[in-house]
Amino acid sequence: MTGQTPLLEAKNLQCERDDRILFENLSFSVDPGDVVQIEGPNGAGKTTLLKLLCGLAPLRQGELFWRGERMSQARPQFLSSLLYLGHKTGVKALLTPLENLRAWCAQREDVNEERMMAALETVGLAGYEYSPCNSLSAGQQRRAALARLHVSSAPLWVLDEAFTAIDKKGVAQLEALLREKANAGGAVILTTHHSLHLSGEVRRIQLGAAS
Amino acid sequence: MLAFRRPQELANPLVFFVMAVSLFPLGVSPEKSFLAPAAAGVVWVASLLATLLSLDALFRADHEDGSLEQLTLAPQPLFILVLAKVFAHWLTTGLPLILLSPVLALMLHVDESLLGVLMLSLLVGTPVLSLIGAIGAALTVGLRVGGVLISLLVLPLYIPVLIFGTGMVQSAAAGMDYTATLAMLGAILALSLTLAPFAAAAALKISVSN
Repeated sequence: MTGQTPLLEAKNLQCERDDRILFENLSFSVDPGDVVQIEGPNGAGKTTLLKLLCGLAPLRQGELFWRGERMSQARPQFLSSLLYLGHKTGVKALLTPLENLRAWCAQREDVNEERMMAALETVGLAGYEYSPCNSLSAGQQRRAALARLHVSSAPLWVLDEAFTAIDKKGVAQLEALLREKANAGGAVILTTHHSLHLSGEVRRIQLGAAS
Repeated sequence: MLAFRRPQELANPLVFFVMAVSLFPLGVSPEKSFLAPAAAGVVWVASLLATLLSLDALFRADHEDGSLEQLTLAPQPLFILVLAKVFAHWLTTGLPLILLSPVLALMLHVDESLLGVLMLSLLVGTPVLSLIGAIGAALTVGLRVGGVLISLLVLPLYIPVLIFGTGMVQSAAAGMDYTATLAMLGAILALSLTLAPFAAAAALKISVSN
């Protein structure tokens, strides 16, 4: 895909924590259709890198570009094309999966009730739509968050440890979904300790290789 | 956003409000000569502390389950979302306090003609308490023990509201015109309504990035 402006471009990113440099001079770009897996041992800065990319953590050094535009200017467009799923998923334990999804969609996507129900069914929460999330298992809560992926049309997904607490079948389903997303021209950046079995190509960024 | 499913948390500030106010006649003096002039102050101080009590929960749950990250990454400007949260907070604490206040004020021998003024002062004053409190809550949400720090941060800013709020009722009790103090209170509300959401949003961004 040469000649095309990359979706997201990072230049010379650096991350420092407690006077230790986790990574520096990290540059990469993400094009539409890319699945980028960020690898590294625990504490290598994977989550921090994702947070830097999303603007959740302050960028101390380096630059970010969204569709060729500097991030500081393109931030509104960037936010409306981003789906971020962190360690903490933002699923409210007191609300039901359906209510959670509805609240999330209300801010972003124009999705009708049937599609939400269908998304919850796809992630295997059929029959649990109306039970509060604190009565669900960890995996089911994670699935409630993953239901967002099924209704999202955002071109960039940033997933931090998306496979945690998900069973084998769910993992396979999620992998298929990611592939589908990439084929549709979306881009996915994710961290996971799973080895991904995607049919297509997965680009890997290795962090913490020096230590 | 509307975590109505935890009734005890909702009732907490209200119960505190009622108890604090009803302890005064028991603890100091049940005489009308003492209670009537002090009543406005008592009701105001109690509602101020009740609001303070509820502040810590404003963003904490959101921070713990990650909703705060989702909020900061939402396409809408953060200050609007903060404003919505503060409004919800006011609806669940400020408004019930206002509705309860005439009952408690009557218990403290407040003249019936002053009830309206007291409620009006609370109506203009409690949103300010929620708004300013949101800044404190946003600043301390990333800390493990935010509660004490919120009080320290926010209480000095509450004092003008308290002074004008009680001042309004007292001047009405003295038969004077209270529109000047009401205007001051309204000005404080306008100022905090326009500035506090931005300050709280900025504070939230800092808290999230840690």
